[in-house]
Amino acid sequence: MPNASKILQPGTPAPDFSLPVTPDQRVTLSDFRGRPVVLAFYPADWSPVCGDQMVLYNEVLSEFHKHHAELLGISVDGPWCHGAFAAQRKLHFPLLADFEPVARQYGVYREHEGTTERALFVIDGEGVIRWSYLSPVGVNPGADGILEALESIDARAHAGSPSDGA
Amino acid sequence: MTTQQGTLRPAVSVEDHVLGPADAPVTLVEYGDFQCPHCARAHRVLPKVLKRLGDRTRFVFRHFPLGESHPDAIHAAEASESVAAQVGEEGFWRMHDLMYDHQRDGDDSLDDAHLIRYAGQAGADPSMVALDLAADTYEQAVKSSFMSGVRSGVNGTPTFFINGRRFEGDWTSVDAFAAALESAAT
Repeated sequence: MPNASKILQPGTPAPDFSLPVTPDQRVTLSDFRGRPVVLAFYPADWSPVCGDQMVLYNEVLSEFHKHHAELLGISVDGPWCHGAFAAQRKLHFPLLADFEPVARQYGVYREHEGTTERALFVIDGEGVIRWSYLSPVGVNPGADGILEALESIDARAHAGSPSDGA
Repeated sequence: MTTQQGTLRPAVSVEDHVLGPADAPVTLVEYGDFQCPHCARAHRVLPKVLKRLGDRTRFVFRHFPLGESHPDAIHAAEASESVAAQVGEEGFWRMHDLMYDHQRDGDDSLDDAHLIRYAGQAGADPSMVALDLAADTYEQAVKSSFMSGVRSGVNGTPTFFINGRRFEGDWTSVDAFAAALESAAT
């Protein structure tokens, strides 16, 4: 069973990282400051459940973009593997190769398996985690929780920020 | 923030495509994609399951076309809506069955030409369906069904909901699926 007690909770600053997306390109979390980031940890490329989850998010990508959110998939697979997986599934978002593993800092690393948990984080434009969710590793969590979290961030921005639209 | 994941929303209404009695104790909702091979497999399992339950189950189909993976899925969904608008719910279900039955005929078995042919077989005027596809008449209806699925926690195709809760069990076995519905009926 996943250990839900250690996953980083809402209100926690998201640990920064810089990870490869291709053999010669890296993505740095803090580069996305100013807009939300959806961080989707999944155990592995190619396993059928994972494929479904990333394929689903690929289909919902335009909804994430309505909230100006960036989606990042992240697993311990290498950039070459990610490249082949993304091409085969026609994915339009980056897959990060977590060789460090960053997952440990987020409380979602499976030490015995050497993979990440299946876990979701929605991070706001200030780099603070606003929602986190740990799914049983065999269950694709869907996208409903992510969209609700993004809406809640939008509502907060509209309520609290006089600079909005300025 | 509390999120009730995997809860059907909105609930089944007159807007839905429904088979079976409105007062059945079990409502089974499928979010499906006409070009998805797993959905075609479910289509072969479902009649046996529904037959076992009889009047105790009503079955609802909602669209969840994965257009990036299945390039013909969105038009297939739109074609079924066009047929439903022309000839009613019986036509919708005939079109639904025809598309799943022919899904694996070939690579082009759900292209527009084939969809229009099935629509004719389902009792619709093929030229009207062709116009609806060209004009994207039912694009929003299909998109709205898709988004209701996303909101409900659909996590692939097919995804089933039994009495409003996402079903995580085995739908590939008639016995297991029927047992899950039986337990919801009591």
